[in-house]
Amino acid sequence: MTGNLAPFLVFYIGAALAALTSGALRSALMLCVPLAGAYNLWTLPPSTTLDLQLLDYTLQLVRADKLSLLFAWLFHLAAFIAILFALHVKDRTQAVAGLVYAGSAVGAVMAGDLITLFVFWEMLAVSSVFFILARGSAHSYATAMRYLIIQVASGVILLAGILFHAKATGSIAFGSIGLPTFDGSAAAIGAWLILIAIFIKAAVPLFHNWLTDAYPEATATGTVFLSAFTTKVAVYALARGFAGVDLLVTIGTIMALYPIFFAVIENDLRRVLSYSMMNQIGFMIVGIGIGTNLAINGAVSHAFNDVIFKGLLFMSMGAVLYRTGTTKASELGGLFRSMPWTTTFCLVGALSISAVPLFSGFVSKSMIMVAAIEEGHPLVWLALLFASAGVVEHAGIKIPYFAFFAHDSGQRPKEAPLNMLLAMGLAALVCIFNGAYPWILYAALPFPVDYAPFTFEHILTQVQLLAFAVLAVVALHKSGLYPDEIPSRNIDAEWTYRKALPAVSGAVLALATLTRRGVETIGGKLVSRIERELRRQNGPEGYFGRDWPTGFMALWTTAMLGAYLLFAYL
Amino acid sequence: MSVLAAAATAPSFAFVIGDHLPILQVIVPLLGAVLCALTRRGSFAFAIAALVSWSLLGVAIMLLWQVLGAAAPITYYIGGWAPPWGIEYRVDALNAFILVLVAGVGAITIPFAYRTVGKEIDEDKQSWFYALFLLCLSGLMGMAVTGDAFNIFVFMEVSSLSAYALIAMGSDRRALLAAYQYLIMGTIGATFYVIGIGLLYVVTGTLNLADLATRIGPAFGTAPQPILAALAFIVVGISLKLALFPLHLWLPNAYAFAPTFVTTFLAATATKVAVYILLRLYFTVFGGAISLSDLPIAEVLLMLSIAAMFIASILAVYEDSVERMLAYSSVAQIGCITLGMAIATRAGLTGSIVHLLNHAVMKATLFMAIGAVVYRVGTSCMSELAGIGRKMPLTMGLFVVAGLSIIGVPGTAGFISKWQLGIGAVDAGLWPLVFVLVGSSLIAVIYIGKVVEVAYFREPGDNLADARDPPASMLIPMALLGAATIYFGLDTTWSAQIADTAAQILIGGLK
Repeated sequence: MTGNLAPFLVFYIGAALAALTSGALRSALMLCVPLAGAYNLWTLPPSTTLDLQLLDYTLQLVRADKLSLLFAWLFHLAAFIAILFALHVKDRTQAVAGLVYAGSAVGAVMAGDLITLFVFWEMLAVSSVFFILARGSAHSYATAMRYLIIQVASGVILLAGILFHAKATGSIAFGSIGLPTFDGSAAAIGAWLILIAIFIKAAVPLFHNWLTDAYPEATATGTVFLSAFTTKVAVYALARGFAGVDLLVTIGTIMALYPIFFAVIENDLRRVLSYSMMNQIGFMIVGIGIGTNLAINGAVSHAFNDVIFKGLLFMSMGAVLYRTGTTKASELGGLFRSMPWTTTFCLVGALSISAVPLFSGFVSKSMIMVAAIEEGHPLVWLALLFASAGVVEHAGIKIPYFAFFAHDSGQRPKEAPLNMLLAMGLAALVCIFNGAYPWILYAALPFPVDYAPFTFEHILTQVQLLAFAVLAVVALHKSGLYPDEIPSRNIDAEWTYRKALPAVSGAVLALATLTRRGVETIGGKLVSRIERELRRQNGPEGYFGRDWPTGFMALWTTAMLGAYLLFAYL
Repeated sequence: MSVLAAAATAPSFAFVIGDHLPILQVIVPLLGAVLCALTRRGSFAFAIAALVSWSLLGVAIMLLWQVLGAAAPITYYIGGWAPPWGIEYRVDALNAFILVLVAGVGAITIPFAYRTVGKEIDEDKQSWFYALFLLCLSGLMGMAVTGDAFNIFVFMEVSSLSAYALIAMGSDRRALLAAYQYLIMGTIGATFYVIGIGLLYVVTGTLNLADLATRIGPAFGTAPQPILAALAFIVVGISLKLALFPLHLWLPNAYAFAPTFVTTFLAATATKVAVYILLRLYFTVFGGAISLSDLPIAEVLLMLSIAAMFIASILAVYEDSVERMLAYSSVAQIGCITLGMAIATRAGLTGSIVHLLNHAVMKATLFMAIGAVVYRVGTSCMSELAGIGRKMPLTMGLFVVAGLSIIGVPGTAGFISKWQLGIGAVDAGLWPLVFVLVGSSLIAVIYIGKVVEVAYFREPGDNLADARDPPASMLIPMALLGAATIYFGLDTTWSAQIADTAAQILIGGLK
């Protein structure tokens, strides 16, 4: 480290300064932090490390290689955009939390060992909860606590896994961990625990409720922060530790498909985006699972692009929320008349996520698809194709359509504030730039890129897919089968045009909804029941908590002695 | 000429002192206590107590230095009488470590006493207070330094009796009841211990620990049951002293109502020395002579440790008084310590022993921080402390640092302990214990989090109008131990490495 700070420190110092300043000074300062961080990162000598000795282990606080640097750059960019977007917010807590959160994400991806990773893992959890708390309602408080418990629990599981891993391998370095068959050995337990911890953070189905629960509940600007970091750190951790693990292909495929059903019927557009986020992470996990250079490149570059275009979509919805106070599809519509810029940016985001050629999603997602075919996963390829069609429908069409077009809700909100527009504009620019000129992104990928995105074949496949998806929606809309104000009825329309698997999907959907509801209610009831019972037993008036007479204490002592003596004489 | 003379005498003086370091551990505070009792002015007594504590730390560190440099344990015969007739002090890495721990806590926290005692104790009782404190200190040091089983009992009584009186001096009237309960329970514990020692004396004819270790084995062949009974009595008696769940019931009130300095000192030292006695007797004396699996002590200890780590932690969650919360947290942390003992491998015991130190450091910080809050606000009830973090930023900042250590966040001492214990558990094939460890940490997140939430995320009420950080005499000890919490989280040369040496001594003697 020659005169450079550890990259996360720039953000932490910025956070400390933001805590001490206010007003325009703080805003300026906050904008400078990611820029200063970027400068620091730029001048960081290649393959820098910063080591520290602890017990018998070496902590590597900073490890700069291609994979970690790419994510670090991404997080600097995302932090800058998110800070710019939130510049009008006069809340010190959110400002400090945002910088700590971004810094922790940078720290996590640059951590060279698992203990350092764990620290930033938990810092991510603790700092991000403030965006949900900042809503200030009782409901958001409950959500925030649920979110925090799950996130902290993920860290705790990670720590347990690290312990086993360290014991089995004698090292805490964070390299490829792999997934041995589960045979009860410390190595296997360690790998599985670490994987589960990452799954929670990545919102893999059945571990995902925190995401769809908490992200739509955060502040308008907070969701933009949230969407950028937590899950992408998990994607990074998977790419680092579990590349090429077959299980991930299956899980990623399920993850890409699973949320589509929910995204289609969901009315809250920010929740739609949350589901869509899971779906995109599913693509990345498939790529990591395939594990070839092409697939990893695809997964990593898709993570990069996803942060930007998903951030852009969340920003446009944040702007809508900021101006209208809602993101419910049924209450919105026709906003393009008064929010033309926001509409335009949202469309760029929608085109990018739909992987339209010349927009960013196309250059990265197709790498994963091609890798799937090359490595002999035709079923996975088909499933991903289906998932892509779903993306086009729910993120590419539904989001902009219901918010800005569709049935005119009569609302004429003002255009978003300038800082929001600038942030969205910057993100849109990156989307288009990466889509049209992907070579800079490709050069930053962990493996040399031997992939041509703009071949006739790739473009044709994608355009066909898009055309059919759009055509179907349009046709249905024209024939009146796509009612726009009661989104829950969308299902019927969906099923009619996907005639290939109507019944199965319906059953799956119903079952999935039912299971989810069941798990949520039973789980919720169980938790509150346990809590009540614990309080009864252990509260100040409870069995263990109350003051006991001295004789009772003596009784315990005698009982213990008696038990031992009984053993001694038996 | 005079320089030469000084140079000539200095080594012999150092030589003499160096020879008598073990007995000085006890004599220095004992004489200090007498001096304190003779003074009538509180501030004068404080000065004596402070000087004694500081020089005692110097003596303890010198002894540790000697022990680490020596190949065999350092022995010292009281009055020149060789064992088994005379009393022998016997110091190895384990008890030298404990001696430094006790003396260190005493020396660092003593400045904290000046203000709090001035506020909580009547002027005419202050010199008695310091005399009692030094007596207690001398008792604890004596327990750690001596190599004689009956001598342990004597020092145990010295430290306990003075502790009862110290607790009873708390300004809350409930302190009397708490001290009384502690007195009854402590006496039962001590009685059990002395019964156990008596049984051993009957079958072996010796009270010297090293001698016992060699004689119990042969005696076990002819009369196994008295020896097992002795083991049972001793383990239960000491378990009471170290507040092993569910024998901890005396502890929360004793800690909550005692004068704040007493709470700090006792929480950091008294239970730790009891743990040391248990380690010493269980592993060195009994473990060297008989198979420890004759009694299911490790199994019971394991179960009770797990129960302590969970139940006591949950009790802490529901506690409104921060002092009682910390007291329950102590019970849970003692569960961690006994857990390592139950694992009974080198790694597990290293975890236990290093946690003795780490827990002492962080719990003393926490109790001092909340003591400072009580000093300014007059209560430790969370319902009254909304926004205290903004009013007393340094104090609560240190509270958070030590709280993170209780949780076991990397970079703090608590992490080192948890990690060592976890490694010990995996090592011994008891891997579900890893989940017990992280599970109890998760509960610690909740109770520490509750304080943080109250202290930082609420608006200060009117009752905190003139709350501010305490004077330097209270802040500096807090800051020193807070810094130590971080230091021992980053550099384990003086904690885990010595603990490892000590653990090897314990394990090495096992039959």
